[in-house]
Parts: sequence; structure tokens; C-alpha cells
Amino acid sequence: MAKDLTLLLIIALPLIGFAINGLFGKKLPKTLVGGLATGVVFAAFILATTLFSGLHGTQIVKLFNIIDFEQLRINASFQIDALSVWMTLIITGIGSLIHLFSMGYMSHDEGYHKFFTYLNLFIFSMLLLVLGSNYFVLFFGWEGVGMCSYLLISFHYNDAEKGLANSLAGRKAFIMNRIGDVGLLLALFMLLGQFHTLEFLQIGKALEANPALQGGALFLITLSLFIAATGKSAQIPLFTWLPDAMAGPTPVSALIHAATMVTAGIYLTVRSNFLFELAPATKDIILYVGLATTLIAAFMALRQNDIKKVLAYSTVSQLGLMFVALGFGAYTVALFHVTTHAFFKALLFLGSGSVIHGMHEEQDIRKMGGLAKLMPITHFTFLIGTMAIAGIPFLSGFFSKDEIMAQALHHNPVVYGVLVLAVSMTAIYMFRLYFLTFQGQFRGGAALQSKVHESGLSMTLPLMVLALLSVFGGLLNLPGLFIKSTAHWFDHYLSHGTFGLSSVHNAHLDFSTAMGLMLFASAIAIGVMIWAYLNYAKKGATAKADEALSGWEQLSAQKLYVDEIYHALFVKPLLALSDFTGKVLDIQLLRNGVYALADGILNTANLTRKWQTGFLSSYLFWMVFGLIIFVAYYILKLSVWH
Amino acid sequence: MSLQIISIILGSLTLASALMVVLSKHPVRSVIYLVITFFLITSMYIMMNAQFLAVVNMIVYAGAIMVLFLFVLMLLNLNKEVEPMATRGSQLAAFIAGGSLFLVLITALKDALILGQSYRENHSQIGLVKELGNLLFSKYIVAFELTSILFIAAMVGAILLAKRENQIIE
Amino acid sequence: MQAATSIGTSLDFYLFVSFALFTIGAIGAMTRKNMIVLLMCIELMLNAVNLMLVTFSTYYNNGDAQIFVFFTMVVAAAEATVGLSIIIMAYRNLKSIDIDMYNKLKN
Repeated sequence: MAKDLTLLLIIALPLIGFAINGLFGKKLPKTLVGGLATGVVFAAFILATTLFSGLHGTQIVKLFNIIDFEQLRINASFQIDALSVWMTLIITGIGSLIHLFSMGYMSHDEGYHKFFTYLNLFIFSMLLLVLGSNYFVLFFGWEGVGMCSYLLISFHYNDAEKGLANSLAGRKAFIMNRIGDVGLLLALFMLLGQFHTLEFLQIGKALEANPALQGGALFLITLSLFIAATGKSAQIPLFTWLPDAMAGPTPVSALIHAATMVTAGIYLTVRSNFLFELAPATKDIILYVGLATTLIAAFMALRQNDIKKVLAYSTVSQLGLMFVALGFGAYTVALFHVTTHAFFKALLFLGSGSVIHGMHEEQDIRKMGGLAKLMPITHFTFLIGTMAIAGIPFLSGFFSKDEIMAQALHHNPVVYGVLVLAVSMTAIYMFRLYFLTFQGQFRGGAALQSKVHESGLSMTLPLMVLALLSVFGGLLNLPGLFIKSTAHWFDHYLSHGTFGLSSVHNAHLDFSTAMGLMLFASAIAIGVMIWAYLNYAKKGATAKADEALSGWEQLSAQKLYVDEIYHALFVKPLLALSDFTGKVLDIQLLRNGVYALADGILNTANLTRKWQTGFLSSYLFWMVFGLIIFVAYYILKLSVWH
Repeated sequence: MSLQIISIILGSLTLASALMVVLSKHPVRSVIYLVITFFLITSMYIMMNAQFLAVVNMIVYAGAIMVLFLFVLMLLNLNKEVEPMATRGSQLAAFIAGGSLFLVLITALKDALILGQSYRENHSQIGLVKELGNLLFSKYIVAFELTSILFIAAMVGAILLAKRENQIIE
Repeated sequence: MQAATSIGTSLDFYLFVSFALFTIGAIGAMTRKNMIVLLMCIELMLNAVNLMLVTFSTYYNNGDAQIFVFFTMVVAAAEATVGLSIIIMAYRNLKSIDIDMYNKLKN
């Protein structure tokens, strides 16, 4: 099939699923709804693999004109190149696995068809985002995923006890995303002003021809783009929505907040690499913001007790790591970590979903324990995911993290030191989570223990597939220390297939440094695993109760009080302002002002009314008076005022 | 020279009788003085050789309209009534307004430039019936016809307004 | 005025008479309370204007002004007729022809 037709079909299929499920979903049987939704995404995945196999350079598929003036032309057109096809593979592949998982997980839910409608809509918007060939289509998809995120986070808005909290979480996510979107809009306007076009290729080529074109403007543009990425990818200061977003159902957390939407910021940066390469100041900002985020989020995750919250902070921390890589200009490395992170984070989230489902909606790890025997498949896959994220050697996470550390060591050893700290903390909290959940003794009471069961095939099958990917995902981009032939396949694939990346070269370390790096990282990971085993896997071990927390642990458990700080700094003044406007300005100024105006007019009219005396003589008097004025005017006009 | 004196006498007499119209307390006497004023104005028309208008003035104004006024006065038996005087304030205002009007009009007259020649009495041909008739029936024929409609409207209006409610006109 | 000669009366005398008549009529209309006398003062004003028009027509040798006077008289006649019928009707309603009694349109 022709490539452009394939592309349009890839985008259209989730939209068709959305339409059918949305319009008729209530009347269709549940298996049909779920099967249709999963089927369209999986079909899109198959089509994407055909695109992938026949990939050859960059191809643009134009659909129609949106705006067509002389000075401004914006088309709805899409781009087939290495980057977009890879992102499509991730989105549709992991998306279909998550759809399959949801068929089992949400089977008891009343809004079953609604859920799949929103999921398909989300996939459609995300595909628009990554497949667009200009910033406008990207923005369209950007807003779409933001809206779907809101819809899906507050999915259980009707819940008796948590309904309000869910809605508030969804609102918080949406608003923080919007703050970032302002940055994207500003960047769009500035790009339009500078280049008069929004197409990636055209902007890239314009900059290639004339790199010294605009210095300060590029800094502002890239800074605005980074602000947008901060909102979507949960970096400091716009990251507090992600932990709150765990109020949504677990498949939503897996899909949106682990694998796809939060990587939109990274995608945007990689796509605009030609802009960022010419703005080194912004890259420094990205580096330090990412560094701070990864450290602080890892710190916050150390003492969280909700299984999903730990994973949420872990996501923020890993996203920070990706931004560190971007700050060094290592775009392919960052994207490699995006890929492996999608694998194991989705695995971890789905695994936690399976745990929650088995524990009958209990999410506190202090009430879990010893689940290894009760839920074997979940346990084994979760263990693989944990090892992958901690960086146990030869799993996928090990290779991708190692690349980032190598870049850090090459460019800035201080940053490398901080990253070592962050990576160690990652290993600590992940193994803490694993051991407290699956090992030791069950702490949830005997009644619950008898009801805990392993999840069905629809939920464990995606777990197994993702576990396989987490194990072997590292093969995509081997460092080439021992095997030279297939080394750095992903780097080559991406940099030769995407505009602008071929001129960017990642740093390559020499053999001994690279070897030493890998050994050091492995030592950290394995060491932490052993320490965590000794600490948490004992028979009576449990997480400390809230009152027993020491100083730094309290800080970590309370998330460094960031939410409270934001509330005091931003929310309260805004509420006070709106109070003031509503009570004072609106009533005093506007209402009374309008009344006063009306009263004034009334009084003037009352005064003027007295002129109508009713007596003819006075009327005649005024007529004569007017006549005098007229004649006098004309006399003066003709004689005095020439 | 003598004609000038005649004009002056006529003018002053006109003003005097007009003043009597306004100042007299009996309405019937006001009517009489107004008739005298019309006579004097007619004589001024004759001085200017506007013959047709002089005659029409007499017949229409002094003959028909004033008679009508007298009829109404007599009909309503208003002869015996004494009307109240206007207040001092409104009188003052009226005099000031009127006086200012007069002054303004005179001022307009002062610097005005008269482009025509001075006329010679008894030599102006315009006022003759023949000339006026020519003009009336050629240039202003439409207006002339329309006045008939005006009269009909006035007659119908007057009759309708003045008749009593329960009277039938035979 | 510049173009006057010694033969015949100059224009401004008649104009002066006309203005004075008009003013007297205006003052009378503003002062008198009797409705019939009011109407008579209005007739006086109309005649003053007629006089002025005839004066100008004579001096400019233009017949149009006299035709205008003719029509003015027509209208004055009609107006006097209708005005008097209104006075009769008003008298029937309020038994008085004092113009100050008819101030129902006050304010």
C-alpha cells in the first residue's frame, strides 16, 4: 500500500474507534467495545511496522490547507521519517498492550465504553502530535492529549468518596499543562514571525543556510519551547500534577503518564534540535532544570507509601534524566532512554495495576507484603521491571542510563557525580518498593489474604510482553565495547533519518573509561539491591509509620511541601483577587456605577422637564428667542466673521 | 416729495393702530383696530402699485376673516369678559424678547446692500392683474390647484370641529 | 442705503414698518391671554411679512414674491377658519378662552 495511504490510515483508525465507541458504545457488548478499541490500535501498529520497514528518508504527506493566505500558509500535513515512525511504533505498540490490559482491568467498571472512547481519542491525538510535519499540527495534538489526560484522570468523578479529589486532580493537571502551553503558543508566534512558516523541514533548512540568522530570538523561542516541555513532561516547576494524576485508573497512568504523553516534551525538543543547537544558553538551562528535577523527585520517592505515587515520582525523575541528556545535546541517547523507559515504566505501572486489582483496590504498600507467592506472574514481571529501572547489568535500563552517564562524564564530571547520587536513589526506592510489596509477610490482614488472586490472561499477557521488551530492549543501542557490528544501531537509525540530527555527534568514550563506567554503575545497582534485601525483606520488616519518621524522611514523605508552597504562592492570591473582583469591583464599581449613571440621567431629565410649562406664551417666547439667535448668527457670520 | 410724506403718515398710522390692537382691553375694539390696520396696509400696497394684492387683501382679510372673528366673538358672548393680565415677569420677558427681535432685524437691515434700483411710483408694472395672472397660471399652476384642496380640507375640518355632538347636519 | 435716489420712497421705510408690525404682533402674541386676540396678533404678523414681500417684489421687479403673498393669504384664511373652530370647541369644553387654562401638556 502506498505510504501516504498507510499513514492516513494509521491516524484514522483510532479516530474511527473513537467515533464508533463514542456513539454506539453503550449498546454494544463489552468484549466488542474493548476488542474494537484494542484492534484499531493494534492494526495501526502493524501498519506502522510496514512504514518502518520501508523507511527511506523523509516524506511529507499533505492532507489539506488550513490557512491559505499569501503571508501565511499552514497545511494539515504529516511527516514520515525515522523519528516520527519510531514514536508511532512506541505509541501504538505499548498502546495496544495497555488496551488489552484495560479489557481485563476495567471489566467491572460502568463507564467501560467511555474509557475506551477516551483511550482511542488519546491515541489519535498523540499520533497527530508525533506525525505532524509542522508545529501547528503538533500543537493540535498537544492540546488534544492534554484534554484526554484531563478526561481520563478525572474518569471516576462520580465516585462517592474520591470523586471530588479525582476531579481536582484532573483540573490541576489541565491547568499546569495550560501554563506550559502558553510557552508553546509564544514559541509558535515567534517562529511565525521569524520564519513565516511552521514546517519543521523549512525552518531547519532556513537555519542551515544561515545559522547566524537570529541570536536572541532563538534563545527566546527555545526557552518558550522548553517551558512547554516543562508543563507536559513534568519538570520543575510544573511537575506537581503528575503525582496527583495517579488518581486516574492505572492503565491511564501507564499509557499517558509513563509511556506517551509525558514524552511529548522530549519529542518536541528532539524535533526542534536544529533550534536548540543554535541556543546553547537554553541547553544549559535544560540541563540544570533536568538535573534538579531528577534529584528532587528521587528524594521525594524515597518515603512514599502509595505504590502508584512511588512510580509517579520515579517517572518525574527519569524524565529529568532524559532532559539532562538533551541538555548535553545527546538527542538520540535521550530518545533511547525514552524507549526503554516506556517499556519498563509501563510494565511497572501495569504490574502495580495488577497488584491493586488483586488486592481489591488497596494501594498502600504498608498493607502489602509476601505477594510473591500469591501473584507469581505479576511478581516476576515486576521484578524484571524493577531491575531494569535500577540498572542491573544487561537489562535495557542499564544500557540507556549508562549512555546518559557517559555523556555526563564526558561533558561535566560534576553533573556526573550528581547523577550517580540520583541513580543510587532510584535503585533504593525501587527496591524498597519491590521488597515491601512482594517479599516479607502479608500485612493486610487474614481476610484480605484469602481474597488475593493472580490476574487473568488479558492482564498478564501484556506484562509478559513488556517484560521481554524490558530485558532485550537494550539490544537496540549497544555501546559497542565488545560487539562492533550492531553497535549503536538506534543512534544511527535516528540520526540518519531525522533532519538536523546527522550534524549532532554524541560523545564517545574510550574503551577503558566506558568499561569503568559500566562496572561502577553495575556495582551501585547490585549493591543497593543487596542492601534493600537485607533491610526490607526480613520477615517483620515494614515501612516506618508516619509518626516515626525522622526529619529528612518527613520532608520526603511530604514531598518537600511543594504543593503547600504553590498553594500559598499562587492559588491563594488568585482566589483573593477573584474575591476582590467579585465582591468589590463588580458590585461597587460596575453595579453602583451604572445605577449612578442612570440616576444622573433621570435627574437631568427631571430638570429639563420643567421647561414644558404648558403655557403658550412661554412657548412663543422661546420661539422668538430662537429666531433672534438664528438671525443674529447669520448677521454675525456675514459681517463680522467674514 | 408729497408721496413720501403720505408714505410716512400711512406708516405711522399703521403702527399706531397695531399698537391699539395689542393694548386694547376689549376684544371687539381689538378687532376694529385690526380692520383699520388692514385698510392702512392696503393703502401701502396701492402706493407700491400692487393693485391685485391690495384688492385681495381687502376682500379676504378685512372682509371675510375679520367678519369671522367678530361672529365668533359674538357667538361666544365674550364681549363682557375681562381677561386677567399677564404677570409682570412674563410681560417683561415678552417685551425684552420683542425688543431684541426688533433690534436684530434692524441690524440686519443696516449693512444690507440693495442691488435694485429705486422705484418710481405708478410706474411699476408688476402688480397689475395681467402680469400676475400670467405668472400664476403658467409657473405656479400646480400650487394654485392645490390650494383648492387646502380649502376643502379647511372647510371640512372647521365644520366637523365646530358642530355639536348630537346635531345632524341636514 | 446706497442705491436710493431722491425720487420715491426708499425701500427701508417699508421694511422698517414691516419689522415694527412684526414685533408688535410678536409681543402681543406673547402677552395677551385671550385666544381670539392671540389669533389676531398672528394675523398681524402674517400681514407684516406680506408687506415686506410686496416691497421686495416692487423693488426687484419680480412677480414671484407677489404670488407668494397670494398663497400666504390663502393659507392664512384657511388657518383662521380652522383656528376659530378649535376655539369654539375649546370654549365648549372649559367654558373659558384663557390660554393659560389649557396647560394639560405641562411637564
